[in-house]
Amino acid sequence: MEITLNWYLTLSALLFTMGVLGFLFRRNAIMMLMCVELMLNSVNITLVAFSQYLGDVSGQILVFFVMSVAAAEAAVGLALIIAIFRGKLTVDVTKINLFKY
Amino acid sequence: MDLSQAYASMTGDLANTMSLLIVALAGLALVVFDAFKNRHAATPWIAGLALTAGFVFEVSRIGSAEGMAYYNMLRTGGSAAFVNALVLGSGVLSVILTAPYLKRIGHNIGEAYSMILFATVGMLVLGSANNLVTVFVGLETMSICLYILTGFIRSGPGSTESAFKYFLLGAFSTGFFLYGIALLYGATGTMDISAMRDTVADGGSIVFWAGVAMLLVGFLFKVSAAPFHMWTPDVYQGAPTTITGFMSTASKTAAFASLILILNVALPGERWSEVLAVFAVITMVLGNVIALSQSNIKRMLAYSSIAHAGYILVGLAAGSADGYSGALFYLMVYTIMNIGAFGVIALLEWDKKEGSEQTLDSLAGIGYKKPLLGWTMAVFMFSLAGFPPLGGFLGKWAVFAPAVEAGYVWLAIVGVLTSAVSAYYYLRVLVVFFMKPEDAQSGAAATNFVIPKSSAAVLIFCVVLLFLLGVTTYAIELTGSFF
Repeated sequence: MEITLNWYLTLSALLFTMGVLGFLFRRNAIMMLMCVELMLNSVNITLVAFSQYLGDVSGQILVFFVMSVAAAEAAVGLALIIAIFRGKLTVDVTKINLFKY
Repeated sequence: MDLSQAYASMTGDLANTMSLLIVALAGLALVVFDAFKNRHAATPWIAGLALTAGFVFEVSRIGSAEGMAYYNMLRTGGSAAFVNALVLGSGVLSVILTAPYLKRIGHNIGEAYSMILFATVGMLVLGSANNLVTVFVGLETMSICLYILTGFIRSGPGSTESAFKYFLLGAFSTGFFLYGIALLYGATGTMDISAMRDTVADGGSIVFWAGVAMLLVGFLFKVSAAPFHMWTPDVYQGAPTTITGFMSTASKTAAFASLILILNVALPGERWSEVLAVFAVITMVLGNVIALSQSNIKRMLAYSSIAHAGYILVGLAAGSADGYSGALFYLMVYTIMNIGAFGVIALLEWDKKEGSEQTLDSLAGIGYKKPLLGWTMAVFMFSLAGFPPLGGFLGKWAVFAPAVEAGYVWLAIVGVLTSAVSAYYYLRVLVVFFMKPEDAQSGAAATNFVIPKSSAAVLIFCVVLLFLLGVTTYAIELTGSFF
């Protein structure tokens, strides 16, 4: 069986959905951060697959930017999680509820 | 193309994108400067001067013809120069307001200024991007800097919590935005926004429309349109007040400019127009109605800024050249009045929690104690509510009139009705400021501070500009010439 473009797109869509569902249903801030990373990296699969399929390099260039952005986001995100943890001693997002409505 | 040719075209581009380079280099220099001379008095000056230099450069280029730089990656001149000037101007005013504010609340952190500069770089890239790769890079540079700016007061719980919420939801929306870009790329075979137009003439495939939808979700999140507005009140309430003014105006300007470019250039057609109209109605109604019940003034202004995103979406839903230029004009007016309003609130904070717990009632009678703040706030509130002869009125006309012309009469009616509702909560601020007897405790504390001359100058400048924008038609004709 030949592996075509659709295989990659389906894999990427499945991973993206896993990321979205994980973000929506997990309550641990670090798990939510990891789900966001999963979303970003699943899109990378789509980008690389399209780039290969179209024979155009700009999709793969975006992948490099996405990887660096994901790293920057993880750095800022983990710093914020540590700042929250110092104050509240928890990273459960349902406990972070100073502002409401 | 050989290397020397590429080099020659690159040096020409460097001269055309001078503002971007000045601000980026000043930001890098400030990081180093702040590491050696922590909390030096020159830090805000360097930031302010760099932004001013960029602003002057972009203003001088507004009249020039539109062009491209860096192999069609960025647009220069024309509307891009206007948007960049708006972003840089908002940055200048915010830095002037931020310097005394940070000193007063005891968090004079030098990194704040380099972060403002880097966020501005992101906004400049986003506002003038002509390629989905640059749109993404600009959007993320801006967002990551804004997460940091929101949360840089680490000692209090409010700032950190709002930054954390902003970060989680912002990163989540980035995922959708990026997936949208990937699908659009797959459907059109190009990242170049102006080249996309030719590939979608046949109505587009399901992949294409899925991509457009996801891209819209990302944009609507960044401009805090309902139902993607959930982060806005929390973030605007918890962030340092002058920073709230900065991100509620400049980031919205850049994101809307990019959205306008994509709608106008890459996706011509009527099919998304009704979708935007629906989002505009939800945003206007929800923002204005929830703002009615807010007791915290920063939170109230946050809901008001959601409502204003709705008004701008009305102009975008019209889908005509007039609608887009009206939206740009509205963004200009909105920037001035919102920076002014948050500037006044920044001066009126004495709950030691960046205003995140201060109620409107604690400001009773302040209009007579501090007439400058009272009267400038009155002008900003009347302008936000859309009273003539202020800029807010002309701005609303500029976005509602094209909607009527495009056949969206019901949309304009909803807009006018919700503006009428908004008058209630804007004028309530003035009632509290001028007509309520002052609270003995907080009122006495309030008069102990001196208004810094720089902040007063910014507020008066904003008031004068709002009157000028309301009675002259120069700016509205200028934005009208872009599309």
